Amino acid sequence: MSQDPSGRLPAAFLVPGSSSFTDFVRDHAPEVLPGARRLPAAGTGALTGGPGAGQPPHATTIVAIVCADGVVMAGDRRATAGNVIAQRDIEKVFPADDHSCVGIAGTAGLAIEMVRLFQVELEHFEKLEGALMSFEGKANRLSAMIRGNLGLAMQGLAVVPVFAGYDLAEGRGRIVSYDVTGGRYEEVDHHAVGSGSVFARGALKKLFRPGLSGQEAVRVAVEALWDAADDDSATGGPDLLRRIWPVVAHVTADGFRRLGEDELASVVQDVVAGRTGNPGGNPLAGTQQSTAQQSTTQQGGARA
Amino acid sequence: MSVPFYVSPEQVMKDKADFARKGIARGRAVVVVACTDGIVFASENASRALHKISEIYDRVAFAAVGKYNEFENLRVAGVRYADLRGYSYDRDDVTARGLANAYAQTLGTIFTTESKPYEVELVVAEVGATPEQDQVYRLTYDGSVADEHGYVAMGGSAEQITAHLAEHWQPGMDLPAALRLAVQALGSDAAAAAAGSGPRAISADQLEVAVLERARTRRTFRRLGAPALADLLGTGGDGDADGGAGEGAAAPGPDTPPEPPA
Repeated sequence: MSQDPSGRLPAAFLVPGSSSFTDFVRDHAPEVLPGARRLPAAGTGALTGGPGAGQPPHATTIVAIVCADGVVMAGDRRATAGNVIAQRDIEKVFPADDHSCVGIAGTAGLAIEMVRLFQVELEHFEKLEGALMSFEGKANRLSAMIRGNLGLAMQGLAVVPVFAGYDLAEGRGRIVSYDVTGGRYEEVDHHAVGSGSVFARGALKKLFRPGLSGQEAVRVAVEALWDAADDDSATGGPDLLRRIWPVVAHVTADGFRRLGEDELASVVQDVVAGRTGNPGGNPLAGTQQSTAQQSTTQQGGARA
Repeated sequence: MSVPFYVSPEQVMKDKADFARKGIARGRAVVVVACTDGIVFASENASRALHKISEIYDRVAFAAVGKYNEFENLRVAGVRYADLRGYSYDRDDVTARGLANAYAQTLGTIFTTESKPYEVELVVAEVGATPEQDQVYRLTYDGSVADEHGYVAMGGSAEQITAHLAEHWQPGMDLPAALRLAVQALGSDAAAAAAGSGPRAISADQLEVAVLERARTRRTFRRLGAPALADLLGTGGDGDADGGAGEGAAAPGPDTPPEPPA
């Protein structure tokens, strides 16, 4: 970040223009932007030695579900580097602003940096314009950032986020997915990204129904992550020994809320109890049992 | 072709300062009042869009009087400065002191090198963990900085308003009390003094009010809309500004943004 030696604000700061932080930084201090770095040529040996070497940590499964009062997004806690678990308590679901959240899959380092830039981008716009950015606007800004990473994505360092939030203009929860080229697709009802997404999507299809309450959607999200972890080695299931639960965000008209540890603990324990002796979570395996679980989930928050 | 007259540097500076002072005194005042719950900014401003008070960063806010295009320019620069600094270092590394220095250098350079100085006066304030850690800097058109404690008034009738604040401000006020004091002070301007009938009443929809709330995490800046203001000011009329105790903790108004995630 270049600083005027006299200590005054550099001329670029005083130029009227874009409300975009990224645009401003690209003109003024491009070296701080994530996309500005050149990759060393392959095989320079920077990443050699040790298990999982040569591969930066990779973040995995995120699920997002539209519910009656907004959206629920959940991510497992595992990052992998090759066959090694790089981190077991990584966080992959972040608030983007008060009414939206973003979950990341792909190269963890780049993705987390992209989210940080995205958060500043939204806040910067809000402060300069004195107004909140529209949901579409936010989704498009994220799209532009992913496109900026295309060069790295083509070299194997892809970032694939999923964006969700409460659209204040339309009064409903919305989910937007992306591809590595920045392509932006609105999803209906639910979506999953990352290595375990195939399995999570299968679970979501079976468990989702329109008009789920926030609490039910949280349960569905945790079930879907369980199914992903069941079949995908790169997705971490809830860790009962270390008490590491998925990160779950619930975004409504009132704003972003990350579910507390205790709240999640009861949901996770209910899911684990439901899967005991019924590992596939087949809802027809014991209809009475599953309704009994439903009621314990309802009381979960109060009991914790 | 005539030879330009020699004008002494003293005269040039004095003329520029007089010019800037006149411009600033024409506008309406802004007051900044520190209290136990945070720092209150208030101004008489009928516009809902053209703000004199603005958020800069998590715990830093900005208030200005004078020429709108000039202070808006500085405000945008301040937000860029803070966001760039917070992004390339950390959110905790953005301080009011750093920003005040940058503004001071900028205003000082403009005052000496440009033919027309900026007709603005600014306050950069940062709310601390305790009232003792609050920082309030007042910057004038020539780049001088003053470290203020407790209260600041700037703009039109600044002298009368400051006199009112000096008389009534005391440490340990809570938010409703500080807010009532701020609004009374705004009403005690030269016009009110000339009429001799005490402070003018200013209705809630004519006020632009914002607070840096000490207790909030991350973004502490909050604007108070007319309904929340009427609530806090106790328009029902439960006591006067120097009464001190208000209706206790500030009830979040309908326009309170949700608590940002930590």
